[in-house]
Amino acid sequence: MAERRLLALCTLLALVASLFLLWNLRAPYAFLLTLRAEKLAALVTVGAATGAATIVFQTIAANRLLTPGIVGFDSLFVFIQTALVFTLGAAGHATLSPLPKFLGEALCLTIAATTLFGLLLRRGAGDMIRMLLTGVILGVLLRGMAGLAQRLLEPSEFAVVQQAVVASFNVVNGGPLGIAAVTLALALAALWHMGPVLDVAALGRDRARTLGLAHDRVVFTALALVAVLVSVSTALVGPVTFLGLLAASLAHAAVPDHRHRLLVPAAAMIGAALLVGGQALFERVLGLQSALAIVVEFAGGLLFLLLVPWRDAR
Amino acid sequence: MIELDNLTVRRGATVALDGISCRIPEGRLTAIIGPNGAGKSTLLHAMAGLIRPEAGRVRVSGLDVAQARERERARLIALLPQSNAAVPRLTVRELVAFGRWPHHRGRPRAADRRATEEAIARFDLGPLAGREVETLSGGQRQRAFLAMAYAQETPWMLLDEPLAALDPRYTRDIMERLRDISGERGVLIVLHDLSIAARHADWCVALKGGKLQAAGPKDETLTSARLSSLYETPLRVARIEGRAVVIDAA
Repeated sequence: MAERRLLALCTLLALVASLFLLWNLRAPYAFLLTLRAEKLAALVTVGAATGAATIVFQTIAANRLLTPGIVGFDSLFVFIQTALVFTLGAAGHATLSPLPKFLGEALCLTIAATTLFGLLLRRGAGDMIRMLLTGVILGVLLRGMAGLAQRLLEPSEFAVVQQAVVASFNVVNGGPLGIAAVTLALALAALWHMGPVLDVAALGRDRARTLGLAHDRVVFTALALVAVLVSVSTALVGPVTFLGLLAASLAHAAVPDHRHRLLVPAAAMIGAALLVGGQALFERVLGLQSALAIVVEFAGGLLFLLLVPWRDAR
Repeated sequence: MIELDNLTVRRGATVALDGISCRIPEGRLTAIIGPNGAGKSTLLHAMAGLIRPEAGRVRVSGLDVAQARERERARLIALLPQSNAAVPRLTVRELVAFGRWPHHRGRPRAADRRATEEAIARFDLGPLAGREVETLSGGQRQRAFLAMAYAQETPWMLLDEPLAALDPRYTRDIMERLRDISGERGVLIVLHDLSIAARHADWCVALKGGKLQAAGPKDETLTSARLSSLYETPLRVARIEGRAVVIDAA
């Protein structure tokens, strides 16, 4: 049954993607199709990366209310943008070449996250709570530093920072997108390969170790993949904190199974379908009256508040 | 045989196990008893290789567990920890099948499926095999986890308080099943109910404050004097209808 539902999700994503590409398509067809296809690829990449990363993170943390954002990815991204504008100025920030900027940000986020995971998990994955709390505190620290720097900026520079830290799918450059898409494909393939191992890890550290799983190594590898996925997605368009929670919760509801070889693709497809469908609605019906990221964050935040009192976290 | 040689385990500033040396024979049901904080769970975890000892050695069937690879250990020792929290959506059959992981590492074969079904049958879980573990009662859930440990087909099964929160019917049911199994595998079980230990165990290991107080055949270790000293309260081993029971003599 779960496999059939996964197939249905695949069909749904194909439908939504076709709708995004073809709805209200006018001449010049080739130009518009290329433009839409590039945006579609960005939406799918970000949605899939966020959904897949969240499912894996929730398994490792043994908590279905958490998203990788809790360890401070968003705050670090805000800090990087603020630091760039602070040091280079608004004009300097605007002239930064997209590809090196994307690579630098993605690398910085990945290194920061894997260092945090590596340092804090050295004493064993039993220290997950310590890792999460350290992430939260580091996030607050980075936000505080970014806030301080923002107060010292000119109003025009502050506006540039504000624009840079809200996820936007309207302008996505081809170079970074290609790298992000390839990275996503590789990370998803690695997660697919790890699927049965993640199923065992979900039983808990002691139980997994008694079954012969090198649990701490598996946890670190999984978290490193999560770091890569979230870093690439954040560096590409900006932070979308609650999209993962939305995608993971819907994946658990849509595919009632514990196997990660089904759950990870399900969350990836739902994350992609949410973004593609939402963007289609915003562009074609609402005439870009608001930013999709803000609505996604609002819906995800609302879901989080609903999940906290009503559902068992595991 | 499990051989403990001067086993010392430290947890932070506390010495959880202090120079424990003893031999536990295979093919028996061994009860590990002692008051709260005696180090019973720590001892099981150290035997299973989940805790690295500060000093000393644990050899299980000749294998030094601290030096062994995870997979080697998992083919030798099945440990059932205290917590039996289940993954959502996991059915009983899928849970039991996890016991085969050390043998197939994600690629189950016909022999693994056979062993899973055998474990399900052994613990009478057939009618529950398709049910989600989360929907089971405490006793049924414990049986499912025991079946998973059984499916691991290891020469040793280490069980950390598997009878906690079970009613007398499930307690008897599980102990009788474990008695049967102990004929073919070594079963070590942490017990708080001394009458259960007196009735079902062949061998006993008594701990207090991380130190070994006694290890040997049940009749030699479960005596009124030793139990009273172990728990610091008057206890008496009596016989009622031919069965040994431990009663509060205060």
